[in-house]
Amino acid sequence: MAEAKLAERPVAAAGAEVLTVGDLQAWYGESHILHGVNFNVRAGEVVTLLGRNGAGKTTTLKSIMGVIGKRSGSIRFDNKEIIRATSDKIARLGIAFCPEERGIFSSLDVRENLLLPPVVRPGGLPLDQIFTLFPNLKERLTSQGTKLSGGEQQMLAIARILRTGARFLMLDEPTEGLAPVIIQQIGHTIARLKSQGFTILLVEQNFRFASTVADRYYIVEHGKVIDGFANSELSANMDKLHTYLGV
Amino acid sequence: MQALYAQLLVGLINGSFYALLSLGLAVIFGMLNIINFAHGALYMMGAFVAYFLLNLGGINYWWALLIAPVIVGIFGMILERTMLQWLAGLDHLYGLLLTFGIALIVQGVFQNYFGSSGLPYSIPDQLKGGVNLGFMFLPIYRGWVVVFSLVVCLATWFLIEKTQLGAYLRAATENPTLVRAFGINVPRMITLTYGLGVGLAALAGVLSAPINQVRPLMGADLIIVVFAVVVIGGMGSIMGSIITGFALGVIEGLTKYFYPEASNTVVFVLMVVVLLVKPTGLTGRAA
Repeated sequence: MAEAKLAERPVAAAGAEVLTVGDLQAWYGESHILHGVNFNVRAGEVVTLLGRNGAGKTTTLKSIMGVIGKRSGSIRFDNKEIIRATSDKIARLGIAFCPEERGIFSSLDVRENLLLPPVVRPGGLPLDQIFTLFPNLKERLTSQGTKLSGGEQQMLAIARILRTGARFLMLDEPTEGLAPVIIQQIGHTIARLKSQGFTILLVEQNFRFASTVADRYYIVEHGKVIDGFANSELSANMDKLHTYLGV
Repeated sequence: MQALYAQLLVGLINGSFYALLSLGLAVIFGMLNIINFAHGALYMMGAFVAYFLLNLGGINYWWALLIAPVIVGIFGMILERTMLQWLAGLDHLYGLLLTFGIALIVQGVFQNYFGSSGLPYSIPDQLKGGVNLGFMFLPIYRGWVVVFSLVVCLATWFLIEKTQLGAYLRAATENPTLVRAFGINVPRMITLTYGLGVGLAALAGVLSAPINQVRPLMGADLIIVVFAVVVIGGMGSIMGSIITGFALGVIEGLTKYFYPEASNTVVFVLMVVVLLVKPTGLTGRAA
């Protein structure tokens, strides 16, 4: 019985599409933010959404996570349609989200923050591996969550979703406002997670950082994906990219 | 001196009810953002369920302590599912008005069938009588109420502040959207939290039945003072509402001894002072 269950578990072959977003539209109240977003993510990839402020990158992640009230179109994850699913169901399918504002809880200490997200499936990182990745956290376990430095809070926000067994991680601007040495550490972490088979969808303003970890890029503008290319095509696309990002 | 100790005991007993009720209010406010004006009516229902269990089913006090909170808790969860949940995200005032209306309806129905006079509920045999402590005579039932309330309050505090379930609760109080995005069924947790807060009120109702009799308006009289306690203590803190509840009961008791004329108003005077000096309450966090 247990064996049959294991066999049924959808194990995405390397390179198979795990996430397919089609004509995704989303609204905040009355304002229409996403106007038909199309892109996909394959297993084991690091895909980065680039774009200016307010282009709709964060809204795209939030729509996939199911925390935007009104959305339409199609989001397929592991061959399941999740456009109508509630966020707790989506999380249970193995998608984990690290929000831009990090979302560290001030009424919880570091240990409680770390252990908060429930394990949704087997295969999460054990605590000792998490502490190898983020040694600072181990020393601050009893501190109040929000007493940590910005960099430590970011590490805690990433660390806590690694425990859950989710293999698809969405990181919203993990380097925002952090010192270069910490950005580097987060870069190493993402590379290490990728080598362990995690699939990562990243939103970044920091294009130089993204270029150190990403396999592919999508450009988001005015609530649409307007372009996309692989990291190998990066230098050929530099001029276009400068125009898109206005840098 | 005897009279002083007697008033202190009365204060501690009232404090037990204040603590149990304001604790439930604090838990509900944290999670649902609703000022639960129905709390007094649900406290009364707890006492009535105990009365029915005894007189219709022959089920004794000890079982009532367990069953009444569960029944009233289920009633509360139905209220939450059918009505309160639709107020999420609206101003506090809506929840306050709705629960106030619910309280009036529930109390009105009970008054219609049972009038305003009290129904007797006798002290269970095991807790009858009293002990002479030397400096005062302690009725066993009253001592039991104080100790049991304290234990329940501390257990609730432990549940919320020291367990994984409590961590979910505290986190969801801060950021329900994110907690739900971690895979936790937050709406169900909100319903259970309301059930827990309401269950504490019903438990207080059962405890009070042998002391104060069972009356349809027993909650209406008490809840006004409890809201003053909540204002003084501040809505945000669990331990704060427990300590404030007991402390104000004692202060009331002392006032009855030293200056009886002020005993009914002392809590409200303190409320005014606290509102002027520290509007978030003594232990409350800014909203």
